[in-house]
Amino acid sequence: MATGIKDKVAIIGMGCSRFGERWDVGEDDLMAEAFDEALADAGIEKSRIEAAWLGSCMDAVNIGNSAIPASFALRMDGIPFTRVENMCATGTEALRGAAYAVASGAVDVALAIGAEKLKDTGYGGLPNPFKGTFNDLWFQIGSAPAGFAQLASGYRTRYQISKQDLKRALAHVSWKSHQNGALSPKAHLRKPVDMDTILNAPMIAEPLGLYDCCGVSDGAAAAIVTTPEIARTLGKVDMVTIKAIQLSISSGIESSTDQWDGSHVRNTRNAARKAYEEAGITDPRRQLDLMEVHDCFSITELVTMEDLFVSEEGRAVADVLDGFYDRDGVGVPCQVDGGLKCFGHPIGASGLRMAYENYSQLLGRAGERQIAGASLGLSHNLGGVPFQGIAAISILGLHG
Amino acid sequence: MEFGIVSSGAYIPKHRLARSAIAAAHSWMAPALKAQAKGARAFCNFDEDSVTMAVEAVRDCLADGPERAGIEVLALASTTLPYADLSNAAIVAAAADLPKAIRTLESGGSQRAATSTLLQLLRGPACDTLLVASERPQARPASVQEMQSGAGAAALRLGCGDLVARFLGGASLAATLADHVRASDAEEGYFWEERWVRDEGYAKIAPRVIRAALEDAGIGIDDIDHFVMPSLLRQGAAVAARAVGFAGKMADDLAADGGHAGAAHGLLMLASVLESARPGERILLVGFGQGADALVFEATGRRPSSRGVSGALARRVETTDYLRLLSHYDRIELDWGMRAESPEKAALTNAWRAEGQLAAFKAGRCPACGAVQFPQLPCCVSPGCGTPRDRFAQASLADEPAKVLTYTADWLSYHPAPPLYVGFVQFENGARLYMETTDAAAEEMDVGVPVAMVFRIKRIDPRSGFRRYFWKATPQEP
Repeated sequence: MATGIKDKVAIIGMGCSRFGERWDVGEDDLMAEAFDEALADAGIEKSRIEAAWLGSCMDAVNIGNSAIPASFALRMDGIPFTRVENMCATGTEALRGAAYAVASGAVDVALAIGAEKLKDTGYGGLPNPFKGTFNDLWFQIGSAPAGFAQLASGYRTRYQISKQDLKRALAHVSWKSHQNGALSPKAHLRKPVDMDTILNAPMIAEPLGLYDCCGVSDGAAAAIVTTPEIARTLGKVDMVTIKAIQLSISSGIESSTDQWDGSHVRNTRNAARKAYEEAGITDPRRQLDLMEVHDCFSITELVTMEDLFVSEEGRAVADVLDGFYDRDGVGVPCQVDGGLKCFGHPIGASGLRMAYENYSQLLGRAGERQIAGASLGLSHNLGGVPFQGIAAISILGLHG
Repeated sequence: MEFGIVSSGAYIPKHRLARSAIAAAHSWMAPALKAQAKGARAFCNFDEDSVTMAVEAVRDCLADGPERAGIEVLALASTTLPYADLSNAAIVAAAADLPKAIRTLESGGSQRAATSTLLQLLRGPACDTLLVASERPQARPASVQEMQSGAGAAALRLGCGDLVARFLGGASLAATLADHVRASDAEEGYFWEERWVRDEGYAKIAPRVIRAALEDAGIGIDDIDHFVMPSLLRQGAAVAARAVGFAGKMADDLAADGGHAGAAHGLLMLASVLESARPGERILLVGFGQGADALVFEATGRRPSSRGVSGALARRVETTDYLRLLSHYDRIELDWGMRAESPEKAALTNAWRAEGQLAAFKAGRCPACGAVQFPQLPCCVSPGCGTPRDRFAQASLADEPAKVLTYTADWLSYHPAPPLYVGFVQFENGARLYMETTDAAAEEMDVGVPVAMVFRIKRIDPRSGFRRYFWKATPQEP
C-alpha cells in the first residue's frame, strides 16, 4: 500500500530569479540566476546532483524542446535531465519529478528547475498554445482570462451574487496582492494599487479587468531536494520537508457532461483532498499558516478559497471582504509574496516560485513579509482552464 | 405524381448596414450616392460565406417537408463560392447531413446560375432534389453595387409530394450581352452603362423569354399574379414587365432591408412570394444575365413552414459602422496586432478523420449510460462508464435546443468581430460544449439565453485557402 511522500524528501536549497520584464536576460540566464542561488543555499557541489527536471511550458517562445538547452545553460553534463510540461502546473510537476526520484531511492540529490521567458513575444499576454490537430479544427478556447471568466459567470449564477458584489470581492483579491507585492523585492509589480483603479480598469474578459489579471513575466525558480537523512549529514538543522504533492487532471466531465455548474474547479478539490490526506491535514482553515495559490485571475483565487476547503461553499466573497486572506488578517494569509498577480507568472517557474515563498517563510527568511511562526504552507497551481485543466498542490512544512 | 416545389428555405445575414452610413463615408468623393441612401443592406459577418449561407438555407428548407434521407441530388448555384476546385456542394451536403450517396452539382458563371439550374432540374427526371443558391457579392467601395448589394441564400426542395407550387412551363435564351464583366480571378464586376443594359437587355432579351415561357405554360401575362425578377439595375424588372404588358404588382425586391443577393436573389424573391401566395396564383420567375430564364409556377396554397425570408428579415441587427463591412469583406486591413499571427494550417488528414463528428455536429449517445457527448473520444466520458465509441448512437447537436451556461466577452483574443463571446452551451439532451457565439450583441448575452447552432467559418488558412468550418452558437430570436 502506497504511503505517499510525506517527510521523505527535504528541500535543502532554493533559488528564485527576479521576476518581471527581464529585457536584459534570456531563459538560460534566468535559470542560472535561480540555480546559483539554490546551489549556494544547499551548500553542495553541483556534481552532487544526480538527476534534474526542467519545467517550461510555451513552445512559441523559450529555448526549445527537451532539457538540452537547460543542460547547456547549467552545464550539467551526463545526468538525466528531463523537460516536463503540464501547462501552468509545470513548475510543481518538475518538483514532483525530482521529489519522486529522491523518495524512490533512485538518486540521493535531485534538481527541479522551472523557467519561462514570456517577454520575447512582442505583445502583452500569453501566446496561444497549440491545441492539437483535432481540437484545432473545432475547439474555440479564447484567451486565458476568457477561460477563467467562465467561473465568474458560473459562481455568480450558483450563489445568486450580483455582478457588482462579485466585482468588489475580486477587486479586494487583487488589492491585497498588490499590498503584498510591494514588500517582495523580487516581484514583478511592486506598486500598491487602490480599489478604484482596480474597479475601473479596462475590461479584458468580462468581468475581469486589467487588474484582475496576473502579470506576464520572465523568471525562473529552482529547488534542490534530498532525503532528510542526507540533509542532516549536510548540517541542515531547520529543515523543510515536502508533506504532499498531488495533481488532478480533467477527463472531460466538466466540459462534456452536465455534471459541473461552472462555479468551482473540480480538479482543485480532487487534488486538495488527496494532498490533505497525504499530509495528514484535517482542518486546513486552522492548520495552514499561509497559501500561495494560482491567482492567474482574481476569480480563480476567489473560488480556490472554497475549492481548498478553507472557505465554506458560497462564503469566499465574505471571507475575502473580511480580510481573512490578507497578510495582516486573522485568517490564512494568501499570496504573501504578491502571488501570480504581482510577483508574476513565468509559467514554468510559478509552482517553484510559490514553493520558494513557502520555504522562505518556513525558514523565517521572508523579511518584511514574514508570517510569525509559520510551519505549514500550501501552494497551488492550475494549468489549462477551469473546465479542462490540471490542479497541482504541494504542501511544505518544517520537519519534525 | 406531379413534380414541383415541395418546400423552400432562406437565409439572410443578420447584420444590416444603413445605406446612409455608406453614402456618408463616400460623400467627399461621390455625393450622388446620397440619392440611394435609403434603408439598409445585409452584409456577411466575418465568418459567413456562400457555403455557410447555403447550409443555413438548406437547413431552413429541410425544417419543412419529408425526411432528408430521400434526397438524391444537391445542386448549388453561386458565383461567389469559396473554392474553385474543392467541392463546395459536398461541404454543404455534409453539414446539412444529407445522404452520403447524393449526386452533387455546382453551377455558376452568371447571375442566372440558379434560375437556369432550376429550369433544368424541373425539366429533368423527377427526383427528390435540393437546389440552393447562395451569394456573397463583393462590390467596389463607393460603387452603386456596394449600395444595392446584400447577401443571402435560398433553397428549394423539388419533388413529387405535397407541393407548395407546381411548375407550369419555362424558357431560356443565351446571349453574349456583357452588361457587366467579372473575370474568374476578380473580386468585383466591371459595369457598362445602365441605360444600354436597360434598353437592350431588360427591355428586349427578357421579354422574349417571358413570352416563350408563358406560351410553354399555356397562359397569358394577365394570368400572372406575381412578377418575380431580381434586377441589380434599378427599374430593370419594371422595364421588362412593362414590355410584356404586365399590369400587376411587382414582387418585393427585398431591397429595403436586405439588398440584391446576386445569383441567389431570384430564389430568395421566389421563396418570399411562396410564403404568402394564395392557391391558384401564378408566379413568373425571371432570371437575367447574358440571356434570360423564365419559369412559370402555380401556387397550391400550401405554405412552407420554414423560417423563410420573413424570418430571415426579422432577424436583424443594424449598424452604421461602414468600416465593419469593409473589414469583413477584406477591403481594409486593420491592425489586429500580433495575436492575429497564429499559424492557420489545418491538418487535412485529421479534418477527414473527424468529418463524421465535425461536419454535421454529431455527438455520441452512450448506449450504456445515456450520456450525449461531444467530442466523441475513444470511450464514454461518464465517470466509470467507459463504453467504447463504436457503440455510440449518433445524435446531431445542430438542431438540439440549447442555452448559455457560462460566458464571457473576451477582448484579449484575436477575433475579427470583437469581442469573442465564448462559453459553455448546455444542450437539452445533456451534451455541452465550450464554444464561440457569433452574431451576438452585448444585450443579447446572458446566462440562460437560448441559442441556436449555425455553421460558420472558424479560420481561413491564407496559404492554402482552406477554410475550417464548424458550428457556433447564436442568440435565438424570440
